[in-house]
Amino acid sequence: MLRRILFVAVTAAVMAPGTALAAASDNPTPAAETHAEPGNEQRLQSLEERVKQLESTPPPAPATAANSFNPGISLILSGLYANLSQDPANYRISGFPLPSGAELGPGQRGVSLAESEIALYASIDPYFYGMLTYAIAPDNTASVEEAFVQTTALSHGLTIKAGRFYSGIGYLNSQHAHTWDFVDAPLAYQAFLGTQFGDDGIQVKWLAPTDIFLELGSELGRGRPYPGSDRDKNGFGAGTVFAHVGGDIGASHSWRAGLSWLGTSPQDQELSDMNIAGTAVTNSFSGDTRLWIADFVWKYAPSGNPSQTNFKLQAEYMRRQEHGDLTYDSDGALGATNTASYDARQSGWYIQGVYQFMPYWRVGLRTERLDQGTVDFSSNGSNLARPDFNPSKNTVMLDYNLSEFSRIRVQYALDQSREDVTDRQWFVQYQMSLGAHGAHQF
Amino acid sequence: MKNVLGFLLTAATLSFAQQAAAINVFTCEPEWGALVQELGGDRVSAYVATNPFQDPHRVQAKPSLLAQARRSNLVVCTGAELEIGWLPIVLRQSGNDAIQPGKPGYFEAANYVPKLEIPTRLDRAAGDVHPGGNPHIQTDPRNIGRVATALSQRLGEIDPVNAPFYQARQRDFAKRWSAAIERWQKEAAPLRGANIVSHHKSWAYLNAWLGMREIAELEPKPGVEPTATHLEKILTQLKREPARMVIRTPYDDARASEWLANRAKIPAVMVPFTVGGSDKAKDLFGLFDDTVERLLGALK
Repeated sequence: MLRRILFVAVTAAVMAPGTALAAASDNPTPAAETHAEPGNEQRLQSLEERVKQLESTPPPAPATAANSFNPGISLILSGLYANLSQDPANYRISGFPLPSGAELGPGQRGVSLAESEIALYASIDPYFYGMLTYAIAPDNTASVEEAFVQTTALSHGLTIKAGRFYSGIGYLNSQHAHTWDFVDAPLAYQAFLGTQFGDDGIQVKWLAPTDIFLELGSELGRGRPYPGSDRDKNGFGAGTVFAHVGGDIGASHSWRAGLSWLGTSPQDQELSDMNIAGTAVTNSFSGDTRLWIADFVWKYAPSGNPSQTNFKLQAEYMRRQEHGDLTYDSDGALGATNTASYDARQSGWYIQGVYQFMPYWRVGLRTERLDQGTVDFSSNGSNLARPDFNPSKNTVMLDYNLSEFSRIRVQYALDQSREDVTDRQWFVQYQMSLGAHGAHQF
Repeated sequence: MKNVLGFLLTAATLSFAQQAAAINVFTCEPEWGALVQELGGDRVSAYVATNPFQDPHRVQAKPSLLAQARRSNLVVCTGAELEIGWLPIVLRQSGNDAIQPGKPGYFEAANYVPKLEIPTRLDRAAGDVHPGGNPHIQTDPRNIGRVATALSQRLGEIDPVNAPFYQARQRDFAKRWSAAIERWQKEAAPLRGANIVSHHKSWAYLNAWLGMREIAELEPKPGVEPTATHLEKILTQLKREPARMVIRTPYDDARASEWLANRAKIPAVMVPFTVGGSDKAKDLFGLFDDTVERLLGALK
């Protein structure tokens, strides 16, 4: 075959050099420009056809090397400068106690490393996909943020995930910190979910075969992180159910709304709180916690093209119900240990808008509030009281995105999480992503 | 009550029957939607995930895309990392095993054409480079022809009953397409050797086809928006080495090319880039009719 082409090419070259040159070039010259004899024209045509045939055969498969099956690696590097008018050591959200180790508040003053993370991911085989996200905290500790396997070979809209993963409840919960539009998580997320709920367990999701997006999901987990508590049990410690709907309105608008439920039964959950006298105290809670989340997000980009301008509006409402026993001064530090029934219904919300007003630049506003609701301390009421104050916070941010991979952000917040105290918080942050090109959720 | 149930059952059966009549194809870009329609006729129902005014690289895995991927039998996309920011998530969350990479239901057009501008050095310092080469393969109609051959075979694999139908339509399309290519090439002969400036490296294949020379891009690096200093630099370059026109896609911001065009006294041309990118680019034939017409118009 090749020999024949060569033969034709050589013959053609000998007979009419100009024609052969034209045929050999990758860009066929219009026939009108060639001055070939009729016999040559036929040969030329057959030659061109062969070149075309050769061109249309698929390119050879890439050569394999020992490292060609290495997983995709992506790295997020982030750093933060914080200027806080109040001492972050005594940061708390009044009326919403959290376990002592919980991720809470604005972090340290001055310059520090912010959460940096390494993610490794790949298809495992034709049936599973796996991912590991390792987070490196500024205090030189590292933790497994997510480590899960997920099915890719199930049909009928089903996906099953197992391992440690961020729960699908709400809107922001399943998103990694580097995709947030503000430096910190909303107060409601901090107060009700200890910033983000990522449990060890199993998740089943089903996508409906409809034009409109409808997704139903449920998770069963260990219940290790707040609002659950780790314990020695063969069964499950936490469960969730969630539903999301979404779609487009024309080419420029898309939206998603959801409703989620989280149920867990913490045992001896240690909480750092403040008593009526203003003394720090450790309490412990055993009982049932139920959390409802309603979420909504709407995105606008002219004709669906976000590169010049775009807008995103996002809001979530959370409502928590706790029922059980609260032990005051559970570690006996104040010598006043007392157990009594505890009932609370509290809620919180945030709403935020982020507007890209020109390429590279985005501005964002967030306002949020927590509602103390009703709290019944029973006989612990002599030591503990529901604050007559609702925590709130207003935040404005401006970020500059030099490329898809780098972002520099300035944020200012008036944080009134502590009763009678206003914390003026300035942040400057960078977030960069290296390595494999990430794909982000809506 | 019984009547209502009966009605619902009939409705359900009918809607299933309708679904069974055509295979659902999820296409990432309008050109592949148009090609699937050319090859599949009424046996396929093509959904197009992006519109001509969107940069297919900067789309999000929005809910509507997930819902469509869930119901599709075949995904047809450019590949070569063009859709890397959203397609992997859409596929993984679709709960549809038929369209996962490696399955017959996953078709990457870029695998069937010789690629240009394959980088020899992979470093993001050079901007958003695509390791597999330039992904904007549809700007050369000969590539569309190559993809059509492979795609008709794939359609036949997915829907064997209609395989002869797809083959016949491909042969018919190929005949009309090569005649059209010949015509376009004749018409576009004056463009050979013309110097052009482009907004983004979107036109490598068009340039290779028509023999135009891209001497500068408005983007300092691929994926980085044009800057004033970079535009000034191009303006100086054009004094030394004049270009005939500045071209851009429908989704590129017009301001940068207008700015340069006004100062360099050359036309700024919006080229449709894909089906639907201009009023005349109603189908694949219209796309290249209009592309050639607009480019020739700029030479005058």
